[in-house]
Amino acid sequence: MTAGTGIGARVPRREDKRFLTGTGRYVDDLPLARATYAYFLRSPHAHAKIKTIDTTAAKAMPGVVEIFTGKDTAESKMGGLICGWVVKDKNGEPHKAPAHPVMALDTVRYVGDTVAMVVANSIDEAKDAAEAIKVDYDVKPANVDLAHALDKGAPEVHPEAPGNLIYDWEIGVKADVEAAFAKAAHVTKLDIVNNRLIPNAMEPRAAAAEYDKGTGNYTLWSTSQNPHVLRLILSAFVLGIPEHKLRVVAPDVGGGFGSKIFCYNEETMVCWAASRVGRPIKWTAERSESFMTDAHGRDHVTHAELAMDKEGKFLALKVETIANMGAYLSTFSTAVPTYLYATLLAGQYTTPLIYANVKAAVTHTAPVDAYRGAGRPEATFVIESIVSKAAVEMKMDTADLRRKNFIPTEAFPYQTPVALQYDSGNYPPIIDEAIKISDYKGFEARRAEAKSRGKLRGIGFSSYIEACGLAPSNVVGSLGAGVGQWESAQIKFNPTGNVQVMTGAHSHGQGHETTFAQLIHDKLGVPMDQIEIVHGDTATTPFGMGTYGSRSLAVGGSAIMKATDKIIAKGKKVAAHLMEADVADVEFENGTFKVAGTDKSVPLGQVVFAAYVPHNYPLAEVEPGMDENAFYDPANFVYPSGTQICEVEIDPETGEVEVIAHTAVDDFGNIINPMIVEGQVHGGIVQGVGQALMEAAVYDKTTGQLTSGSYMDYTMPRADNFPSFKLGYKTTPCPHNPLGVKGCGEAGAIAAPAAVMNAVRDALAPLGIKHVEMPATSLNIWQTIQGAHRAAA
Amino acid sequence: MTGTHVGCDTSQCGACVVEIDGKSVKSCTILAVQVEGSKVTTIEGLAPSADKLHPMQEAFRDNHALQCGFCTPGMVMSAIDMVKRNNYQLDEATVRRELEGNLCRCTGYHNIVKAILAAAPAMKSAGV
Ligand code: FES
Ligand code: FES
Repeated sequence: MTAGTGIGARVPRREDKRFLTGTGRYVDDLPLARATYAYFLRSPHAHAKIKTIDTTAAKAMPGVVEIFTGKDTAESKMGGLICGWVVKDKNGEPHKAPAHPVMALDTVRYVGDTVAMVVANSIDEAKDAAEAIKVDYDVKPANVDLAHALDKGAPEVHPEAPGNLIYDWEIGVKADVEAAFAKAAHVTKLDIVNNRLIPNAMEPRAAAAEYDKGTGNYTLWSTSQNPHVLRLILSAFVLGIPEHKLRVVAPDVGGGFGSKIFCYNEETMVCWAASRVGRPIKWTAERSESFMTDAHGRDHVTHAELAMDKEGKFLALKVETIANMGAYLSTFSTAVPTYLYATLLAGQYTTPLIYANVKAAVTHTAPVDAYRGAGRPEATFVIESIVSKAAVEMKMDTADLRRKNFIPTEAFPYQTPVALQYDSGNYPPIIDEAIKISDYKGFEARRAEAKSRGKLRGIGFSSYIEACGLAPSNVVGSLGAGVGQWESAQIKFNPTGNVQVMTGAHSHGQGHETTFAQLIHDKLGVPMDQIEIVHGDTATTPFGMGTYGSRSLAVGGSAIMKATDKIIAKGKKVAAHLMEADVADVEFENGTFKVAGTDKSVPLGQVVFAAYVPHNYPLAEVEPGMDENAFYDPANFVYPSGTQICEVEIDPETGEVEVIAHTAVDDFGNIINPMIVEGQVHGGIVQGVGQALMEAAVYDKTTGQLTSGSYMDYTMPRADNFPSFKLGYKTTPCPHNPLGVKGCGEAGAIAAPAAVMNAVRDALAPLGIKHVEMPATSLNIWQTIQGAHRAAA
Repeated sequence: MTGTHVGCDTSQCGACVVEIDGKSVKSCTILAVQVEGSKVTTIEGLAPSADKLHPMQEAFRDNHALQCGFCTPGMVMSAIDMVKRNNYQLDEATVRRELEGNLCRCTGYHNIVKAILAAAPAMKSAGV
């Protein structure tokens, strides 16, 4: 290994040059000859029957090539979009699966639902024509308010889901939990809302497609986090184009955060229409369309209770949650509030008994699915909010109460009462380090100083656990997943010694082209500039599951390591022949094969050359070529953990919350590129703080109009909302993958909301305020403070 | 040219920032005819040569100030103008305040701020 570029080094990213010089290639950048442009006419109503759609006038508009509606897709027998995870309810029945047509047929179910697709020579002509389409709607009452979505008499979203209930699911034994509550010395209760968010990747979703009449092949370029999975869904369920006749390319993609995992209406239509139009079609969402139609995140209403003995030892936890699915079940939506949420409710604690009941509801709002953290931020928010509240009620130090209940280091592997077995962890040094970095001990002095300036200062903790590195296929299969969750890699040497590494993972900002190259460099000794990482194209990479759930390194990196093992094993045989030695005596180190105990050696490059020009080669025993692939299916999830501490100051006059300091100490196992890992933590923290303090997707409760549909109304975190962050690490390597790594992509967003809100509640406690909901905007805080004043008066 | 990006329809994200006559401007607010006779520099025109980057580009790379790269062209163009406007002297609070017109969803801004602070003296000594 060359020092400074292998595992553990802060290698500057190889992909940066193209992004910094404006030469990145995103979907919208593609030059496609004779392209047409698509525009989607969308429902202005949350719930309506479509009486008629008249496209006659629109079709006669200048530049219009074609207009398609649900009638056309129905006639072509297009399948509906699917939800790929079957969750079984309390009684073992599969969840309700309402139809999800790609184009609305006779009903629209949220503002933004797709009604017609206009294809024209230019985007302006397409938009003009869309305005000329006449749709006669019969507007119906909408079911918008989640807290009442399951009430008797709430407007029905789908006939297939009576009472708007998709499933009523549970985990744990309720009677045992109730028995523990009956014996508790103290019970802390919490009602809490996890606010709905809009992912807002800076690159809007886009799709472009081309059909080759000669071969019958389709190419779809899509802003996808998982091109192979998208192709599989389109082929097997929706369009019926065989997989080998459909190539899906996800080139440079400008952020995803989950929202680009799913199979969407627009890319489906663009692909389908390409052969009908006979010219390439391009579509790029406008930001207002992203707000309306990207799958949203979170949106839970929860009641939780924690039972303790008189020393503060947790005895049992019970949680009741209503989760919003939106109008249709998006690709992985059903798994998020169940297997990615309730199974995490043990957190870092030894709570022996847990019961959770989750009811999933459909509403007349955009579909809701995985968003950075997916279920795990919601779980962490519940646990860490109730633990902090319990500490206040028990008059205990918030850190001490956590420590008292931590899973002891010697107890790993640790079986929780909610299905997961944590593989490794060591929580006390993490919280200690966070306390040190944040100077928790000096906090009361800072609080007093702030008070002298008329400010309310608060501090909040959040000790999270997450299960990521998705996922062991047999486990997710037994829980209802429709796919496996392994990852693939192919290492293809060229005769001149450089190497292409194909991965089934996909980078949309995570820096795989650097991190994965570091692995190859470290393991095989190939110089960095001789390594190319290839991803995002079903035509050039082996089938892979894509990037989400902090899985790329833990699963995709492990596949790469497996493939390097195969390269070395084969290389040894060739090298043994070249050095006239016994293969058992050949060792590989720093890019060179050696015969143990001698000075005989042959570099990998020479072995590769011999494999492609096999003149002097053991052809009877070894095939020519140096090209190996591997599939890696993880033995377990990986379990990153950490503690964040947030310190805020509130101006009681204006309600404004300022984040003064934010500390994160994480255990991500071994780290390949610390610079990239820090970037992931920073970005995650900001999304988490954004959720806590500013972001909220708001629908008008009567009309179902999205009132936070632009950057004027949806507050995005900006640079001046934050201080610089303080980070620290502790390392317990993952025991079951070859790199000893855990995931780092979601941790920041998982832990931050509870840390911030615990700090806000701590700051407001002197006013007698016990609870504040997210987002803690200045208006929200100001109103809460006014309410407290009125109550006190 | 496709380096400059469109990230919104309300002139708020800053992904579209270019330099017009030495000043950074959100290009989504300008019609092509309005820049008749002006000097326009986009992200493509910054690097002095094929293998040399502008100090701001360099600082973004060294400090990992970009992830998906979508906001980056606008960020870099805004940052250069910010450094010049402040006479190559910046502190963290100023950088954060003046980045108000640029959204990034990936980096959490931390490393962008670091990069701009590092680029200011580098730009000064490079005379750009
Ligand atoms: S495109 Fe968003 S500000 Fe110009
Ligand atoms: S790097 Fe992705 S939006 Fe800034």
